[in-house]
Amino acid sequence: MPNLDAAFSALADPTRRAILARLALGEATVMEIAEPFSMTQPGVSRHLKVLEEAGLIVRRIEGTKRPCRLAPSAISEIDRWLDKLRQALAKNYDRLDDVLAGMQSKKRKGRR
Amino acid sequence: MSKLTLMTEGDKHVVVTRRFAAAPEAVYRAQTAPKLIQKWMLGPDGWTMPVCVCEARPGGKIRYEWADGKGGGFYLTGEFVELVPFSRIVHVERMHLPDPCPDNHVETRFERDADDDANDTARCPNAGGHAGERHGTRDGSELRPARGHGLSIQASAQRMGSQQC
Repeated sequence: MPNLDAAFSALADPTRRAILARLALGEATVMEIAEPFSMTQPGVSRHLKVLEEAGLIVRRIEGTKRPCRLAPSAISEIDRWLDKLRQALAKNYDRLDDVLAGMQSKKRKGRR
Repeated sequence: MSKLTLMTEGDKHVVVTRRFAAAPEAVYRAQTAPKLIQKWMLGPDGWTMPVCVCEARPGGKIRYEWADGKGGGFYLTGEFVELVPFSRIVHVERMHLPDPCPDNHVETRFERDADDDANDTARCPNAGGHAGERHGTRDGSELRPARGHGLSIQASAQRMGSQQC
């Protein structure tokens, strides 16, 4: 994992999440990304820098442009980390199923 | 016994829902009796809960301590706010890692499935836990800001299901 702290800190900003959502549609230049936001290009560039340093996006050089795209591996790393939490929670309730089944059979025995 | 669902509500609430093949009364007990809690609220494999304080009354204290058997661990503290037996629990909790995280506000609801016949259990005592029996419990959790600050979990609710013999 590149760096979970950096990734989640980068995600903790609504504008940066909106930029990622835009990039989920495909590669885009800074100008294209800036368009829907009431923000200057340098402002957007700062956000892109944070996202790039967190490993969430990658940029390539094309003449004077530096188009950005999502770094799918970083996104799936975050997803894997979240999935661990989901699994732990699911496991608790699977165990609770067993506890409940045990309570039920105990009660039944008690009745006999 | 559906698998659990996790849904976000807005930016700060999470609702967890889970059905169980047991009556709301049983699920409520398993959520408030320390001896039962210690059997299931353990997270990943290999972890245990050596300390479980759960004073199920308004103002009552909660303290869960987990250990991984290799010297690692952490704990949670909390207080009960409101308890309606077999139907609703409201409590506040925070993890200590070891610094406490912001308070999570949790509401747990225990609900019988709409199509459930509460008397079925009594009528068919032999069907328990087998194919003919369907009980559900739903569990809802949500995260919401604690006093405008931080996150709070809200709600684990359990809804009890139906049974057919």
